[in-house]
Amino acid sequence: MERKKTIVATASLAGCFGCHMSLLDIDERILSLIDLVDFNKSPINDIKNFTEYCDIGIIEGSCCNSENVHALKEFRKNCRILISLGECAIMGGVPAMRNGIPIRECIEEAYMNSPSVKGHNPEMILPNDPELPMLLDRVYPCHEIVKIDYFLPGCPPRADLIYSALEALITGNEMKLPYEIVKYD
Amino acid sequence: MKDLFPDTADELEIGEIAYQDTMIDTVNAIIKKYDHNPTRLMDILIDTQSEFGYIPPPIVAQISRTLNISIVDIEQTLSFYHFFSAKPTGKYTIYLNNSVIANMMGREEVARTLEREAGCKFGDVSADGLIGLFSTSCIGMSDQEPAALINGKVFTRLTPFRVKEIIRDLKAGKRLDEAVVEGLGDGANAQPEIRSMVQNNIRKKGPILADGYKAGEALKKIVKMKPEDVIAEVKLSNIRGRGGAGFPTGMKWEICRNAPGEEKYIFCNADEGEPGTFKDRVILTEYPKMLMEGMAVAGYAVGAKKGILYVRYEYTYLQQHLESIIEGGRKKNYLGKNICGKEGFDFDIRIQFGAGAYVCGEESALIESAEGKRGEPRDRPPFPVESGYLEKPTIVNNVETLCSIVKIINHGAPWYRSMGTKESSGTKLLSISGDCKYPGVYEIEWGFSVNDVLEMVGASDVQAVQVGGPSGTLIGPNEFNRTLSYTDLSTGGSLIIFDKRRDLLKDVVMNFLNFFIDESCGSCSTCRNIPVFLRQKLEKILNARGVQKDIEEMLEWSKILKASRCGLGLTAANPVVTSIKNFRSLYDKKIQHGKDYDSNFDMLIAVKESCDAVGRVPQMS
Ligand SMILES: Cc1cc2nc3c(=O)[nH]c(=O)nc-3n(C[C@H](O)[C@H](O)[C@H](O)COP(=O)(O)O)c2cc1C
Ligand code: SF4
Ligand code: SF4
Repeated sequence: MERKKTIVATASLAGCFGCHMSLLDIDERILSLIDLVDFNKSPINDIKNFTEYCDIGIIEGSCCNSENVHALKEFRKNCRILISLGECAIMGGVPAMRNGIPIRECIEEAYMNSPSVKGHNPEMILPNDPELPMLLDRVYPCHEIVKIDYFLPGCPPRADLIYSALEALITGNEMKLPYEIVKYD
Repeated sequence: MKDLFPDTADELEIGEIAYQDTMIDTVNAIIKKYDHNPTRLMDILIDTQSEFGYIPPPIVAQISRTLNISIVDIEQTLSFYHFFSAKPTGKYTIYLNNSVIANMMGREEVARTLEREAGCKFGDVSADGLIGLFSTSCIGMSDQEPAALINGKVFTRLTPFRVKEIIRDLKAGKRLDEAVVEGLGDGANAQPEIRSMVQNNIRKKGPILADGYKAGEALKKIVKMKPEDVIAEVKLSNIRGRGGAGFPTGMKWEICRNAPGEEKYIFCNADEGEPGTFKDRVILTEYPKMLMEGMAVAGYAVGAKKGILYVRYEYTYLQQHLESIIEGGRKKNYLGKNICGKEGFDFDIRIQFGAGAYVCGEESALIESAEGKRGEPRDRPPFPVESGYLEKPTIVNNVETLCSIVKIINHGAPWYRSMGTKESSGTKLLSISGDCKYPGVYEIEWGFSVNDVLEMVGASDVQAVQVGGPSGTLIGPNEFNRTLSYTDLSTGGSLIIFDKRRDLLKDVVMNFLNFFIDESCGSCSTCRNIPVFLRQKLEKILNARGVQKDIEEMLEWSKILKASRCGLGLTAANPVVTSIKNFRSLYDKKIQHGKDYDSNFDMLIAVKESCDAVGRVPQMS
């Protein structure tokens, strides 16, 4: 086969890895997928840095800290097409449940007041090492940080949806969207 | 938004009246006045609020016990309306209008002066509990802005100087009516029952506002007719509702008359919440007899014995006046039993005040509110004509519609149809405000062009006109030849004029979006969310971060609002959609060209709060 393989990169930002699990859920089709694609930077193969410009970047999770923002911007720079995968990436999802609460309150709850830390942090230390990512005032969906080309909804999106989206992008054929793969209740 | 439900007792102490046991008797007396009737919860809360300036949790609990309804049922009504509060709002509660017109007429300076003189910010009460400052949506005084309500009393044409005087007087312990130093308004505004500085500003009279109206003429005429014939006459006149939606009145009455059931109701919608509208206020002031006669005519025609005049809270200063007119009507036998000697023609009216909520002007929300609930529009069908107030067939008509009916009965349908255009018969009251020499109320025949109106009101250098309030259309000079009619520019009568000095996006569209966001009842996810997204986009564009795609997305998202339950959501994107359509260049000038995406994200701003919290200097790589 002469055709150059499509290069795919993936990342999990503020997410639960459930979307990546769903990606693996395409079962034996992963074999035919491997025929079509090479994975670059991704938790699937543990490649930490981009080694070449990619065709497709898949993002799970939203942006809750400066590191997420940085990673997402890297993906935008290194991928021709960027996909928001799943509710967290698209809307903020579960992490965004903190959005109604001032970040100061969240931090105090986590390190000073919640039952699991109360009494165990007598000096009331709040983590502020320069090495740590800085928390954002709220959790941002990916498209509010960089331009996103496609959105695959679901929590997680069904494996069939992910597979048919990738297949469509790679082959250039129209995506199959039967009712079952975009119905949620 | 005010924090309506304080968590701690301390927070309750800031006002001059903290909760005391002596309140219990007062509240019991109020509840008794309304016969322990839970559907009169609005009145009970209004009276309690006006008695104490707030409605604290112990009183809510007491009302709940006494009426045998749940605390949550009371809280949902209490928290829904702008003019109820669970926390003290000051001995003198000042609600300053924040409509676009108030802003144009100098609200900002007035607001800053108020804050300085009162010693507290908007949304707060001064430390001594004397003065509370709050903002509110249009209070129906657009031709005399900036205006405010102080303990329900209207203060118009405020200036920094006037405000200083008022606050000084209040601090010196003067009574509120002593603070009205600029004299009283014209006409009935000066009468003892009203004694208000509000001006009618009637600039042009037509058949409705004509002098020489004799109360009772229409009633004497209809008692000689069969109810069906009254409806036939109304249908023949072709009159359509003047409240904005334009439903044919005769047809509405006929459906209600034919609806099964003995008990039926007539509602007059005097909620008048559309910013820029105030003509109903002028009718309530100068022509209330005509309005009530119109309600009685409707009662006769559809077979209803009870009428409810639903008046917005902002017009409570007219309460005594309206009540004495009702009393007078009873004495003359224009209301009550066997009206005008007609056996079995019984009809009486009660007034229901609102408590501050634009959406209550929507007819089914109006009914919910009159039943003591939060003003949340109902799912339709069934329509109110089949199942309305207390699930009985109910007519809801606008103030002006009912007045027009009286004239139609007096002079006949053909006379009425000789005015206006073929599809839009008769006349329309316009509420004119904004940049013009003669703001006020004008009665014109349908078919006037916008140009005619602008000439009539002395407007020059006009950049745009908002026809029909925020829920209407923003048009520019190339459309000023369009006519006011149900077939072209349909309107409830509000025209707001903007001259070339105004920034349409920042001052007008943004203000309208804020209005819809504040006033949404929150039931539909479309109406609760999309206007907020639209505001974010508009902010982004105004901050010079917008791109072409933002404008396209605003238009796309606006379409989703069409899935909303009531007119508020259905029209909430109109300011955006019509300004993009008619003033595209204003948007184009503000966006970045040659760029297809801008996130508007600023890391420094986004991490500031968390870095401050943990004591860390943000590091940007
Ligand atoms: C959000 C909203 C607010 C409204 N406000 C008013 C109002 O203040 N006065 C009014 O007469 N109609 C108002 N309406 C229209 C009423 O629902 C209803 O159509 C009208 O009162 C019927 O009377 P009409 O046929 O005489 O016009 C409003 C509608 C909506 C959706
Ligand atoms: S969308 Fe659902 S599955 Fe995916 S990361 Fe978020 S929570 Fe996990
Ligand atoms: S459209 Fe808005 S105001 Fe109307 S019912 Fe829905 S949420 Fe309430």
